[in-house]
Amino acid sequence: MVPLAYYLILSGILFAIGVIGVLISRNAIVIFMAIEVMLNAVSLTLVAFSQQMGSPSGQVFVFLVMTIAAAEAAVGLAIIIVIFRSKESVNVDEVNLMKW
Amino acid sequence: MFDYIILIPLFPLIGFLLNGLLGKRLGKSFVSWVGPGSVGFSLALALKLFLDLLALPADQRVIESTVFPWIISGDLQVNIAFLLDPLSAVMMLIVCGVGFLIHVYSIGYMHEDPGYARYFSYLNLFEFSMLVLVLANNFLLMFLGWEGVGLCSYLLIGFWFEKKSAVDAGKKAFVVNRIGDFGFLLGMILIFITFGSLNYLEVFETAPVLLEVGSGLAVAITLLLFTGAAGKSAQIPLYVWLPDAMEGPTPVSALIHAATMVTAGVYMVARCHVLYLLAPVSLATVAAIGAITAIFAASIGLVQNDIKRVLAYSTISQLGYMFLACGVGAFAAGIFHLMTHAFFKALLFLGAGAVIHALAGEQDLRKMGGLKNYLPVTFVTFLIATLAISGVPLFSGFFSKDEILWKAFSQGNLFLWLIGIITAGLTAFYMFRLFFLTFYGQPRFDSHHTHPHEASKSMAIPLIILAVLSALGGYIGLPESLAGKNIFEEFLAPVFEAGTHLKTAVHTYSHSTEYTSMVLSIAVAFIGIMAAFRFYLKNPAAAEKIKTKFATTHRLLLNKYYVDELYDRIFVKPFINLALYFWEFIDVQIVDGLANGSADFVAWCSKVFRKVQTGYIRNYALSLTLGVILILTYILSR
Amino acid sequence: MSTIFFFILAAVSVISAILIIAQRNPVASALYLIVTLCSQAMLYLLLGASFLAVIQIIVYAGAIMVLFLFVIMLLNLRRDEFGPDKKKTQRVLAFTLGAVWLIQVVAITKFGLSKMNFSPVTPEAALETGSVQSIGKSLFTEYLYPFEITSILLLVAILGSIVLAKKKI
Repeated sequence: MVPLAYYLILSGILFAIGVIGVLISRNAIVIFMAIEVMLNAVSLTLVAFSQQMGSPSGQVFVFLVMTIAAAEAAVGLAIIIVIFRSKESVNVDEVNLMKW
Repeated sequence: MFDYIILIPLFPLIGFLLNGLLGKRLGKSFVSWVGPGSVGFSLALALKLFLDLLALPADQRVIESTVFPWIISGDLQVNIAFLLDPLSAVMMLIVCGVGFLIHVYSIGYMHEDPGYARYFSYLNLFEFSMLVLVLANNFLLMFLGWEGVGLCSYLLIGFWFEKKSAVDAGKKAFVVNRIGDFGFLLGMILIFITFGSLNYLEVFETAPVLLEVGSGLAVAITLLLFTGAAGKSAQIPLYVWLPDAMEGPTPVSALIHAATMVTAGVYMVARCHVLYLLAPVSLATVAAIGAITAIFAASIGLVQNDIKRVLAYSTISQLGYMFLACGVGAFAAGIFHLMTHAFFKALLFLGAGAVIHALAGEQDLRKMGGLKNYLPVTFVTFLIATLAISGVPLFSGFFSKDEILWKAFSQGNLFLWLIGIITAGLTAFYMFRLFFLTFYGQPRFDSHHTHPHEASKSMAIPLIILAVLSALGGYIGLPESLAGKNIFEEFLAPVFEAGTHLKTAVHTYSHSTEYTSMVLSIAVAFIGIMAAFRFYLKNPAAAEKIKTKFATTHRLLLNKYYVDELYDRIFVKPFINLALYFWEFIDVQIVDGLANGSADFVAWCSKVFRKVQTGYIRNYALSLTLGVILILTYILSR
Repeated sequence: MSTIFFFILAAVSVISAILIIAQRNPVASALYLIVTLCSQAMLYLLLGASFLAVIQIIVYAGAIMVLFLFVIMLLNLRRDEFGPDKKKTQRVLAFTLGAVWLIQVVAITKFGLSKMNFSPVTPEAALETGSVQSIGKSLFTEYLYPFEITSILLLVAILGSIVLAKKKI
């Protein structure tokens, strides 16, 4: 069997990539995709532990995470559409009305 | 009946409230009835209580009447309570009697003044405070009255507050008084610490037990109390406010600065005679200061040109006599002179007021003269008063002044007596100078334009009454040597008896020595009168010659020995500079700087911190991530 | 054997994840995300979570990614039209933080795992844990409440996105 540690480190790497993606990209949609990557990384950890401990709770949790990710993606994309309507652009740098 | 003592100060207090709150609205006649009327009621009640007191046997004439407890705090218990004994009865009668006459006089004098109601309300407030002062049975209540008369003095001196000189004089009076009051307060605190009580009877009973004769504590207490007396009664070094206080209306000068307020210090020393007898050093100081002040003030009064200034310096000088008497242990003599002085000094001031009123405000002696024919009543009463103050026999001043001089000789020392005699001569001189310059000679005022008319009835009647008192008031104090019965001294004897056993045994002199002293004082008085007659009536040119011959001395005396300028240089200017320093540097720069600076600091902080709000989502995400990493680090480190 | 599979799958998912963010064209990013999700599903299979793997493909790669692609095409996004990135510090900091994160994860794994004792798991047991019956039983008994609430949440999400995106209400 593959040791647990490998899965955990892989999940960590994926999460790091997701974080960097969120912080770097200027396209709102790509940011969302990076968020999905992060969610996946966490799911991987959960499933790994669930296998190790022999309890399905981890996987149930992942199931629910997936549901929520779906809901979040739907609403988030709706917001992007609304912003796009008024700004004609999905560049997050242009959404800066809160600037001092 | 004695429980009604509270009404005596209460009537003027009600008068003050009525006049102060309603006077302006209800008009002059209302004020004219309420003002003097309230004092009139007090006078009537005072006379009744005095007679009741006389009806009691001599050794039971001490009545205390407690109204309610005022302060109960720890060991300190002070009541609103009044003490009626011979001493306070005498003071009470003087304050009510002379006060009533002056109130009546003011109706005529202040009639044209727009601040009529305000004047009478202040005057009533003063009566109230003074009565509280003399009738109180404990130090704290007396101090209340003490401060009250100081306040009223300030209010009344600065009565015409549009005049800058009046306002300054009021402030000066209050501040100098305050300095004295500070000493008084310290003395009171020492008394409380030593005796555990501020009640007169308790303190004076336990004083001989707790304090040794001549102990440092006794000296400290009495000297501190005396600084208060020196401030209130205008002795050296705190006399400088009294001449300036003449800025106030003349009846005010008569009441406050001649008859009543300035005598509060003498009353206090007499009241605390037990304490003073336990500290011979203080007694000697009191006598010395009294004597020096007497001759000092008399010398300044010789050359002054303002009619009220002369009378002011005369008051300071006579107060010196009273302190001299107390200082040699002759407390009854001091009070006797206080009483006769109240009569003739009030009369002198009221007469001067009539003169000023007649001449439409003129106060300079060099512009008066020949008023004898225009103001007959004033002339006669003024003459009686001047004879009294000069110590001419048969008038009241002679008996009281002589008593003091004799006691100064027999119980004090020759030096004090000598100063007293010389001052008597000076007094006679400058008083008659004043008299001749005002009433005799050619009119130096513009007789075509000013038509002096005699005073109205309300002004003239008090003058006459006071003249009668000045002439005859001395007979209750006839000394034994003249085959009289000194009923005044007898009346006051029980009060001062407690201290007699503390007095060191005196040399008893024969009557002939007393007669010699008497004759000498009469002689000195006549020399003074003759000198004034010669210089100012017969041969004015001679006066001018002497003035030019002793020009520097003349200038020195005219400028009051430059004492005011000296005080200004030493005390006032540095103090003002210190205050300016505190204001410009500490208040404006430091305190305001702190307050404004903290506001500026907050603004600066916000200016820096708002840069965080960049508006860029990515930056916010970055800070989020940073936070997560920090938390992880913290957990890892555990 | 499974270790080799693991490494292949791991490499694929990492590389495609990196490529998501390195693309200019958002459509390409979406496609690479699909690759990542599929490799994730394989990894789940390796872990014995058969149900989850299938769900991953159906929901994530099937529904969510299609939604993404719909939106991309709706907004008619072309290649990156944004211009050069002005915020240099942002990129530097992002990489630093990522690196720090990685180090921390490794540290946690090393120290945390050493404190736990796990009994070795056989593949059969893993399959048993991840089977539909097991998850279904757990879902409908122990986690019934969150399950129901999640369905309401989905309803709210649907309504929300419709309200937000409509042109006329």
